[in-house]
Amino acid sequence: MRLVVDLNRCQGYAQCAFLAPDVFTMHGDEALMYDPQPDDVQREHVLRAAEACPVKAITVEGGDVTASVPARAGATYAA
Amino acid sequence: MTSVALLRQITDYANRADPYPLYAELRKTPVVQDEEGPYLVSTYWEIKELLHDPRISSDARNLSPDAPMGPAQDEDPNLPPTFLRLDPPEHDRLRGLANRPFGPPHSPRRVHDMRSELGEIVSGLIDGLGDRQGGDGIDLVDTFAYPFPVTVICRLLGVPREDEAHFHEWADTIAASLDPVSGEDREARMETTRKARADLAVYLAGLIEERRKAPRDDMLSAMAAGHGPDGQLSPVEMISTAALLLIAGHETTVNLITNGMLTLLRNPDVLQRLRDDPGLAVPLVEELLRYEPPVQLLPQRTTLTDVEVGGTIIPKGASLWLLLASGNRDPQRFPDPDRFIPNRTDNQHLGLGSGIHSCFGAPLARLEAQLALTELVRRLDNPRLLEDPPEYRQNAVLRGPRHLNIAFDGIK
Amino acid sequence: MPLDGYLQRLRREGHIVVVGASLAGLRAAETLREEGFSGTLTMIGDEPHEPYDRPPLSKQVLLGKVPPDHTTLPRRRAIDADWRLGTAATGLDMGAKRVHLADGTSVEYDRLLITTGVRARPWPNELEADLDGVFVLRTVDDAARLHHRLKAGPRRVLVIGAGFTGSEIASACREQQLPVTVAERGPAPLVGALGAVIGEVAAELQREHGVDLRCGVQVTGLEGDPAGRLRCAHLSDGSTVEADIAVVSLGATRNTEWLAGSGLGAGPRGIACDAGCRAFDVRGIVTDDVFVAGDVARSPHPLFGYQFLSLEHWGNAVAQAEIAAHNMINASSDRRPHVWTPSFWSAQFGVNIKSVGVPPMGQEITVTQGSLADRCFTAVYGFQGRMIAAVTFDQAKWLEFYQRQIEQAAPFPPPYPSVDRRPDGMRPVSAGFPDPSLPTHGPTVTLSGHSPTDRRVSFTPMRA
Repeated sequence: MRLVVDLNRCQGYAQCAFLAPDVFTMHGDEALMYDPQPDDVQREHVLRAAEACPVKAITVEGGDVTASVPARAGATYAA
Repeated sequence: MTSVALLRQITDYANRADPYPLYAELRKTPVVQDEEGPYLVSTYWEIKELLHDPRISSDARNLSPDAPMGPAQDEDPNLPPTFLRLDPPEHDRLRGLANRPFGPPHSPRRVHDMRSELGEIVSGLIDGLGDRQGGDGIDLVDTFAYPFPVTVICRLLGVPREDEAHFHEWADTIAASLDPVSGEDREARMETTRKARADLAVYLAGLIEERRKAPRDDMLSAMAAGHGPDGQLSPVEMISTAALLLIAGHETTVNLITNGMLTLLRNPDVLQRLRDDPGLAVPLVEELLRYEPPVQLLPQRTTLTDVEVGGTIIPKGASLWLLLASGNRDPQRFPDPDRFIPNRTDNQHLGLGSGIHSCFGAPLARLEAQLALTELVRRLDNPRLLEDPPEYRQNAVLRGPRHLNIAFDGIK
Repeated sequence: MPLDGYLQRLRREGHIVVVGASLAGLRAAETLREEGFSGTLTMIGDEPHEPYDRPPLSKQVLLGKVPPDHTTLPRRRAIDADWRLGTAATGLDMGAKRVHLADGTSVEYDRLLITTGVRARPWPNELEADLDGVFVLRTVDDAARLHHRLKAGPRRVLVIGAGFTGSEIASACREQQLPVTVAERGPAPLVGALGAVIGEVAAELQREHGVDLRCGVQVTGLEGDPAGRLRCAHLSDGSTVEADIAVVSLGATRNTEWLAGSGLGAGPRGIACDAGCRAFDVRGIVTDDVFVAGDVARSPHPLFGYQFLSLEHWGNAVAQAEIAAHNMINASSDRRPHVWTPSFWSAQFGVNIKSVGVPPMGQEITVTQGSLADRCFTAVYGFQGRMIAAVTFDQAKWLEFYQRQIEQAAPFPPPYPSVDRRPDGMRPVSAGFPDPSLPTHGPTVTLSGHSPTDRRVSFTPMRA
């Protein structure tokens, strides 16, 4: 299975590293390293991790979890 | 409406079963304030921003002297404040040290490796439900939703099985004290609570000492052993941290599980879907955290300076209440917010907070709730509510049913 | 707004060609299908691989935790494309609306999206670059070769250039206990991207982890043995570093050569486009049917004085690709501007470094939370009295606050107190960016002037 983490979104809550420790590991307190192509036996754990991500940064191929970016209504730039 | 009136309504027990219309009323003005009351923030984006705003403090010492007090204290006044009520850098130090024996990077497998043990505890509790069902059904809180997380915390910390009963007792007493009571009982109740807290502290101190001498594979042993140059919790910090994990670790999870079962029993189609597809439990618990969050609001925030929120200036030192449960129902953020949609996508709810104070035990709570709900619906034959709405606890912050009386035809 | 006849036809049976089959190309293709494009989609890529993710290459892959060929990007949805992988585009005929390919064929398009990205800047001396043991790191094949050699246990690895990639490579080597020398022309690592104040923190971090860090030096030559294997490097301070591996990390070159003579506003600094991702031609006139996204694009940003920003950022590639794809198949009134706030991250030596805004625009810097000494802090950059950028070391949870402050042109220095603001964080100091007239490999954000057809290679400073 394939996955990717949007590390711009990631804030280091480490939920994924708790729930799928064979796929996601914390490198230090905040930096995340992950296996982008884990074995299929990890699927259940990976989906659990993706769903638990507080910033929905994990995209799993074939999973329902997608990182859509909710735009805040009325956000403006003072340029 | 002034915030005092709104505040009274939020804390009014009559609104406990369904506070959501009140929140909808509140959201018409993202920030509501009154001369005397705290500032209430009820809309999703504003709450989210404040949870990441470094001008907002969790330390009550930054409250201005004339700011109104928050609701009942849930911490032991004789112990140092826990990281829940501290700002960085102290918050980061204490939370980091508490996390070392609990989660990654130092203990990445602790929670993961508890899964089979969680399963055994759940199975054992459900096995016992049949015997306890009399003609009046059972109370799912007392028989399941309450003992499950307390047992888990005991195992995690390393409380010996033979002492678990004491732990349950102290936890019961302290938990009860979080529900405010008035009248003559008050003093007696406070005295009982004080004694329970003191007994718990003495017990923990002894156990920590024991684990220091003869460590085992549990959190207290790891905390007691320390880890050299990176720092170490002091003995009182260890006790207050362990007490925090005990109280916070199950006061919230019990509500999550109970709210979950209540919601499923109210939505039989969803219950059936979960029965057919146990994998649904994963997004379902996230939706539950949005729809019926166990922590309804965060009442202990204050401003370090004047802060503008949604067009209102909140002055320095003001008391700030962040209504997580209201933000979770904000139609500006969640389409169809009052509907329970178990496979809702883009569900960045506020149920576990956000930012540096986000729930410490979140992964454990998630696993416990996923497992509990999946197993309950799988094994209980034809479960049904005997009372709706159920009787709620007094507490408006840690909101949940005090009892959940259900009946079923049998256990698989 | 109802679609006009042309757009309806385009959506239904048009031909969209995407040149560049990496992150931006793939996400654009998915967005096109997501938004209802049902015509023919052709994906052209010079590498023979399916779109893959690059950030893990300098981290997990070098550490041996992930095989090099395991970073293929997940698909958000099926895209039903005609893939032409391993075939580089060699030319563009805008009049005939055709892309010419290396295999001699050509592909016609109704709308074209260019996402050709960048490639690693090679070691300038070709003979030295050909020595066995001299590497760059950009592609999966680069990563596979380098990892293979690192695994064999080299005597010493020399990293030339301490930008983000170079620093991450050094980190991966040290984690495997390999002796590493880092040679950096500037006064500190990351100095081009984050300035000298933060660079000093990065320098301490490297030295603490056992990196032999040499700053203020240039590698003047690489020397091989008679068998053509790298033996040592000569530095401008007269010293010699014995190393059997050298990784050249001197930044990137934009893949625009294939557009030479096409009439498109493309040059060494990228392809200029408007906020809607439409490419400019050399006359400064916006095209109707050629769009650009990702590392190869330069687009004006309202937050930064409408300067054209070239961003080598993962998040920018995704966001810009989505906008470009949307705009390709929508009427002008339904188009969206690409106003993504620059954001990036790097993980090195166990620290998570994140940034928002444009740090190299910063004149001054101040630490608003935590402390540099703890390597756990938030610092903000100021430009003409407003907040222009922020950087965190292991404090990512606070960053979104600062992003909003930057987006709202909040004042600098921040006039308010914040949690964990220390005495040494009260006074802004010079951010310490190197003289912008010097050539630099460092910045991941480069400002390249106001002109859409600016083809100058020199860095264009904003400040005097």
